Amino acid sequence: MQRDAHSALTVGLILGGALLMAVLDLGTAATSALHVPDFVVSLVGKYLCYAMLALAVDLVWGFAGILTLGHAAFFALGGYAMGMYLMREIGARGVYANPHLPDFMVFIGWKELPWYWFGSNHFWFAMILVVLVPGLLAFVFGFLAFRSRVTGVYLSIMTQALTYALMLAFFRNDMGFGGNNGMTDFKDILGFPVSARTTEVGLMLLSAAILAAQFLLARWLVRSRFGQVLVAVRDAESRTRFLGYRPESYKLFVFVLSAVMAGIGGALYVPQVGIINPSEFAPGNSIEAVIWVALGGRGTLSGAILGAVLVNFAKSWSTTAFPGLWLYALGGLFIAVTLFLPRGIVGSLAAGLSRLSQPSAAPLAVGARPEPACHAAPEPAP
Amino acid sequence: MTAGVAAAVSPPLLRLENVSVTFDGFRALNELSFSLNEGEMRAVIGPNGAGKTTMMDVITGKTRPDSGRALFGIETDLTSLDEAAIARLGIGRKFQKPTVFEFHTVWTNLLLALASDRRPRFSLFARQTPEERERIEVILATIRLGEQRRMPAGALSHGQKQWLEIGMLLAQDPRLLLVDEPAAGMTDAETRETAELLREINRVHSLVVVEHDMAFVRELGATVSVLHEGSLLAEGAIDEVSENPRVIEVYLGR
Repeated sequence: MQRDAHSALTVGLILGGALLMAVLDLGTAATSALHVPDFVVSLVGKYLCYAMLALAVDLVWGFAGILTLGHAAFFALGGYAMGMYLMREIGARGVYANPHLPDFMVFIGWKELPWYWFGSNHFWFAMILVVLVPGLLAFVFGFLAFRSRVTGVYLSIMTQALTYALMLAFFRNDMGFGGNNGMTDFKDILGFPVSARTTEVGLMLLSAAILAAQFLLARWLVRSRFGQVLVAVRDAESRTRFLGYRPESYKLFVFVLSAVMAGIGGALYVPQVGIINPSEFAPGNSIEAVIWVALGGRGTLSGAILGAVLVNFAKSWSTTAFPGLWLYALGGLFIAVTLFLPRGIVGSLAAGLSRLSQPSAAPLAVGARPEPACHAAPEPAP
Repeated sequence: MTAGVAAAVSPPLLRLENVSVTFDGFRALNELSFSLNEGEMRAVIGPNGAGKTTMMDVITGKTRPDSGRALFGIETDLTSLDEAAIARLGIGRKFQKPTVFEFHTVWTNLLLALASDRRPRFSLFARQTPEERERIEVILATIRLGEQRRMPAGALSHGQKQWLEIGMLLAQDPRLLLVDEPAAGMTDAETRETAELLREINRVHSLVVVEHDMAFVRELGATVSVLHEGSLLAEGAIDEVSENPRVIEVYLGR
């Protein structure tokens, strides 16, 4: 029962918060003290997309023990797939007024659309790409890595290399994705102008709804027997093997699912921030996502969401209040969490609550429930 | 039941034929041949580096031998299969260091070990059945952990973890159990109880027990195979083996 309260609270906060934002933006006068300005709405929308990335990271790191340091790559790929559609939507309204080619292709002298851009003018096709491209990459990468039994820090380094390689590739103009500048100047999405207030609110609400759905899916997954096996793999992989499980199948499944979740987050992110460029692949982005999860509470799912929102809120605030100090603050935050809150915010709260409800229980009793992991057990370094 | 008599009746459950394993020039197993009958309990002893754990590794698919075959049942060659496939065939393995899922409860540990479909697409929708519940209850009674069912395995004592791991092997319902040093690090009382537990298990399952502790081996009352430098040195009842001058020389007499 307590578990379901936890889910209900999380979903309620996401949806309720988003609706409140929407009402306070659209429903109040700009002069009202309660008014939420438009830029805050799209900022919140952005945080919600980051939360999807964090949720995806938590699913693989918190429950399968795969410390991914390259998950932002899947996020960015989803974003690029959406970006392709948004570029095509511009049509002849671009600077060069070319009805067939995006501006950056005209600029580098291309005469026709490369084959991999075909179909991207259809929204439904772009949405298939959003799911397929990150999913396929995760499948190929995961298939090779997990079958070869690459684990721990070696796997983490490979994920870093993956996102770094993609960044370098997308920087090149002849990749056909806008090179250095990426894609921007979007006009509309499904006929709605992207910069219109109602579109921004709509996208933010949609992000909240999808985040909530992803959370419920992840929650269901980790509480199923599949999730129990996943935690077993995390804590004693060889034991699962000798019990007859193939850990690589479990890891591959959850890795692909998680990549798709991150890709969807990226696809929602792009119309809300109005740009996608190769810096989204920067290795630092993926590492930051891991910090969000560690701060919120690894292996708690809701903690990942909380961590993403809190850290990014702090980032938005501090980059205006104390520009240049953000990276120091982030580093300090990570060290502080590791030292004082190894379970993260949600993990520590849950531990505290269970100690209150059963005062005699030993600290380890945090995990003493028949359900699968809801908080990460302290784990040896990867 | 001695090995010779049973072998004449039915083919052995497990047969290693001239298995050799080399690690960086070190011969861990040297033309090892070994045979175990259905229903038998065998103790494997030998000094450190004799190849006991490597032998387990070959049988369970963790290590591929350089040469030789490991046959299970009539004609299944284990050397071409991976760990999961071998486990599904009905070979369970207990590690030297107790390896349980510390985060999960005792109950969930047993549930995950119960023989059922191991594929992800099954486990996504698996529900605990009344039969599973019943079997877990039976195993909990066998391994004497009924009281601790809701405890996370990480909170169990060392000896209890050993039992839980044995319970997980039982839940797998294997034809053959490989048990690596079950009495290591146990108190005397726990050691005696463990020997009793293994004898109880042997009523239904075939067992290979790797052990250092001679008193424990004696308590098991099993036939003993002595390994030395990767080969079989001697085989027989414990008293017979411990009189063997070669065994005394390499092992007992040290």
